[in-house]
Formats: sequence, C-alpha cells, structure tokens
Amino acid sequence: MLELRKDIFADERDDNLKEIGKGTQRQDMLGHVTGTSSYFNDHKLQGMLHLKVVRSTQAHARIRRIDTSEAERSAGVRRIIRGSDVPVNLNTLLSLINFGKDDEPSLAVDKVRYKGEPIVAIIADSEREAFEAIAKVKVDYEPLPAVLDVEDALKPGAPVVNETYPKNTFTYHETYDRQQLRFGDADAALATADHVLEQRYQMSPIEHAPTETNGAIAAPDTNGRYVVYTSTQALFFSVDTCAKILDVPSNTFHFIGGTVGGGFGGKVDTLTEPLAILGAMLTGKPVRYVFGREEEMQYGPPRGAERIYIKDGVMRDGRIVARKIRAYFDSGAYTRLSSYAAVKCAAHLPGPYTIPNVYGDVYCVFTNRTPATAMRGFGVTAMDFAIECQMDKLANLVNMDPMEFRILNAYRDGDMKAHRREAKNTALIECVQVAAEKAKWPLRAEFKQASSRKDGGGARAVIPPTPADSRARPTATVQQRTSYDRLPPTVTREPPRDPPPPAPPPPSPRPTAPSHGATRFSSVFGTRRR
Amino acid sequence: MSKIPLQFRHNGRDVAIFVDGGTNLLVALRELIGDMTPKFGCGQGGCGTCSVLVDGELHLSCLTLAETVAGRSIETLDGMKQGPNLHPLQRAFADNFAAQCGYCTPGMLMAAKALLDRNPSPSRDEVIEAISGNICRCTGYEPIINAILAAAGGRVSA
Repeated sequence: MLELRKDIFADERDDNLKEIGKGTQRQDMLGHVTGTSSYFNDHKLQGMLHLKVVRSTQAHARIRRIDTSEAERSAGVRRIIRGSDVPVNLNTLLSLINFGKDDEPSLAVDKVRYKGEPIVAIIADSEREAFEAIAKVKVDYEPLPAVLDVEDALKPGAPVVNETYPKNTFTYHETYDRQQLRFGDADAALATADHVLEQRYQMSPIEHAPTETNGAIAAPDTNGRYVVYTSTQALFFSVDTCAKILDVPSNTFHFIGGTVGGGFGGKVDTLTEPLAILGAMLTGKPVRYVFGREEEMQYGPPRGAERIYIKDGVMRDGRIVARKIRAYFDSGAYTRLSSYAAVKCAAHLPGPYTIPNVYGDVYCVFTNRTPATAMRGFGVTAMDFAIECQMDKLANLVNMDPMEFRILNAYRDGDMKAHRREAKNTALIECVQVAAEKAKWPLRAEFKQASSRKDGGGARAVIPPTPADSRARPTATVQQRTSYDRLPPTVTREPPRDPPPPAPPPPSPRPTAPSHGATRFSSVFGTRRR
Repeated sequence: MSKIPLQFRHNGRDVAIFVDGGTNLLVALRELIGDMTPKFGCGQGGCGTCSVLVDGELHLSCLTLAETVAGRSIETLDGMKQGPNLHPLQRAFADNFAAQCGYCTPGMLMAAKALLDRNPSPSRDEVIEAISGNICRCTGYEPIINAILAAAGGRVSA
C-alpha cells in the first residue's frame, strides 16, 4: 500500500503531519455502500419530461433543411427545440475566463462539423416517445469534404472546419497559430550532435467511459428559479456557462451536484444542462436529458488525439544536447478545452530533463472529429509517452542503461528550464533511484549517489543565446521563493538544526509586484478582451 | 397502451405495480417502486451496475423484463442493511476503500452477496469470477476483491 519515503529530503520538512500517511474514511463512503448517495438521476420529479437530441449523421455538412413536421405530430411530444430557440447559441467554455472565441452552438444551425453534433432537441412525455419522435426528424444535408487528420487540416486548401478559426488552428493572443518554445539553438546543436534520432508518436482519442453517463435534470422552482441536478464535475463553471447560453443571471439557477458517477474529465463540458434548463423554461415542467451509453461512447468528448514528432541530438557520453518537437493536438470540431491542453503540452517541454537547446511548436488543430475535452493530465500525457519512449530509444542508441540515462539528463535544482524559469524542488533523480530499487534494477554507484540537490545551477542556469528569438523579451523577472522552496544549490547547506525553526510568517501582500500565479495566468491567457 | 399488473417481493415486502409491456426491471424498480439503488450504466448488460438478486440469483435488471419477476423475490442494495447495522459486506467495502465514485458499488455488492450466499469462503479466483460482470471505471478492483475476501473471513492481502 502507501509508502512514505521519509528518508528522502528529510531535512526539508518536519514530521508534524496530521493526515498524511494515516488512513481517513471518505465522507461519502457510507452513502456509497448503502446506496443512498444521490446521483443526478436518482431524483424522480412529478411530471418529468424527457429530452433527446437528433444528432448529425455526417462528419461535415451544410444543413439545407430540417423537417420536424412528422415529429411534431408524434405521440407524447411536448416541444421541439431548434438552434433559433437557444438565446445565445454560440459559446466556448473558456470564454468565462476570456480565453478564446465563441465557436460552438448548442444546436447546429447552418452546418454540422462532426458526426453526432446535436441539431434538434425533442421533449416528450416518456423516453420512448422522445426516441420515437427524434427518429421522425428529417435533416437534409449537403455533404462537405471532411478533414479527419491534424496534419491534413493544416495543408493549404484543407476544408475549413470551424469558420471562427479559418486556418483550422486555435489563435493564441489573437495572433499566433501555435504555442512556441525557443531556448538556445537546437538546429546548430543537432548539426554537431554525435547522434540524431527523429521519431513520430501518436495517441488515439480515449473515451472516459464513466459508468454513469452524462446528464442533467432541470425543474422550475416556485420562485422563478430552476433547480438543476447534474452529473457535472465543474458545477460553478456549469452554472455560469448556462447563464451565458440562456442569457439570464446565474442566480437563476440552483445547481445540485457533486456526487458524480465517474468523470475523469469527461463531465466538464456542460453538455446537457443548457438544453435541459431550456426545456424546463419552455415547458414549465421538469426535464431530464441523459446520455445513453451509445451517446456517451460515440459522441461524449474524449481525450484528444495527439501526433508528436521528436528530433533529439545526443552525444556519445549520453548528454542530450538538443530536443526539437512538433506536436499537434486534435481539438476536434470545437475548442472546448483543447486550447489550454496545447498550452500545457508546450509548458511541459522538454520533459523533466535539462537540455540546453529546445525548440517546440505545439498546434491546437480543428478537425471534423468529436470535440476533445479534459482527461487526467490532458496535453501532457501523450507528450510524456512520446518523450519517455524517446528516452529509452536514445539510451539504447548510446548504449546506456535507460535508468542511468534518465538520471544523467534529469533536471536538478537551480537549472534553467526551457521556459526561462529556474527548476526548484526537483525530484526526478530520486524517483528513478527508488523505482530502480523497487525493481531490483542495478544502478552504478555514481548514479545511486546522484541527487537533485547536487550539480545543478551554475552553467546550467544560463539562458543560452536564442537566434530565432527576434522579439524583445523582458529581462528575467525575479522569481519569488516560497517557504516550500529549497534553497538555491549555490548556497552551502547547513545540517538541520534541532528543533526545526518555526514556519516563517506568510509574506505580506505586495501589490506592486504581481504574484507568481497572476503573472503566469496572464502569460498563458493573454490580455483580457473586455 | 394497456398496463400489466405485477406483484413481487421487494426486499422482503410485497409490492404491486402496473407496468407497460416491455418495461425492464431496472425501470420498474427505480421509477415505479422508487428504489434508486440499482443504477443505469449501459442498458445493454455490459456494466453490471444494475445488478439485483432474483430469488437469490444475480440478474442484470436492465435486461430483465419486469413481467418475468411476478411472484418472485427481488433483493437490491436498499435491503442489504440488517436493521440499523451495515451488512458485513458493506462494512468490509467501507473499511477497505472499495468505493470511489460509488456508482458501481450497488452492483458490486449484489454480485458479492450472491457469491457469499452460496459460497461463504470463496477463493480469490472465485471472487474475481463473481464480479467479472461488473465494471469499475475508477479501476478499484483490488480493494473490492480484498473487501469481499475480508467479509468472507478476514483473509485480506493488503
């Protein structure tokens, strides 16, 4: 079970831990084992109606005509909702933090951009009647050429997936078609490296497949508000997204959630609440909109696919001298959260290694595939897979043990990372050492003795001249240290005194110097547009 | 559409309802009886979260026509507690961290109960076999297996 290795970095903390290392019962466990935990779908409301959507059968098509006449006459049908009924029928999730342009309708109007895109919603007395009615809707499509591959989407003349982004790439800072990282001169270093290894990696979309499908129940309350039971993982985010789409103040809603039957990132997209609430508004009745299993698996947003090219230069002694990466994140037809995934992907380069020359281009690309969303470390996972496969191949190329090869190239405290921030509190070396120990994997003495706190900084702390870097950069800002940071490696370390000194008081707020978090926030998301 | 009268025992109590032809047992239990402990996961017999016992035998309620349980005895998680006390399986699940999101838990507990009712001291392999029709997407199988073994007699590896 859980093992705390208190011998590692022992002088950096006291052992005054109240919870860590001790078992604590989950507060929801009793509800889970007795079946009384209340999921969104466990609410049975008087007169509840059922909503189902007509989904696109085409990956990319213009909608010529939507004929709902037969569906309107179908038994039990209470209301048909079209795109024109949605108050604000264009949204992007991260617009709540001013990141990206509205690019996705709740119900498609003129065009469908992926197979399974919702076009019409039908509310009926029973689920069966709703199913029967959606089968009677006739959509006349004019098929358009679809683009289903991230690199094809960037070729000249490729079909435009989403007119909001005519180049099929998300636009950063209203200017850039990619995330770029430039550190040193990767091309020059590759030219003089003993070996160069270029590889292509890719990862398919992955469905979260939660046991509970996405869904929501919305019901009119007596005070003009709406109670919404939802499976969302992002309740407050969902409240504000619904307020925007339905053009009402967010205090119109009383959202109830928090008990989620498995999410893993697949329940942050506010997929069902807006239409369920709109249905409740238009019918005055409780409305349930829940995905069937097929909808969840086929049209629920997956972890986005990625394609990654890595070109590394390595010396015979095992030092990696250059890493050049080109990566494409498949956003699908709409942005959702993929713009942020690409930022994370770029921020992760070149992995937890100190490499003096790094070059990275990461694109967030639109294709006619199901829009991607969050999933456990999205943006980083596929890149890590690629980087670590590459590390094994490089070790093999220079005839080194793969564990020792990682320790040799691992970042250490005081090193300069490719994004021009100092590496602090690094621990890769210790992780590799412990992994080797657990696997009974022999390491030579010098690698057993390596430490994240030794041999960093100095020449490794220098920002190298970067030729492609034509734009003026601000001089390196002073990085604030927190009480959790290790001391810089240049400072001689004294053995810990006994007893440990009390924790320093929290730093007083300094309004003139922007805090660490705020600086990073603006550097990622750019200037506010409003 | 004509309704079909239906009587059966639900966790030891006699119940009578009217169902539409074709109604499955899961819908009958949740929407007509109001027992929300069996969950909908797939509606295709693939996930096991709707599992209930019919005359002591494990059944997928989403694939069981409600009409077919007339006169029979249905057990769900709602009836598992013994008065105010947790059933040993419930206790073992709680003590062994055998639930994360909790959505597969009702089905897992019914599958475990079906096993222990007919085989009070199963082997680890028999436990694995018994829950092989139940999906846990939080990937908590090990604690679940350990909990069932613990309930069966304190043989826990963790």
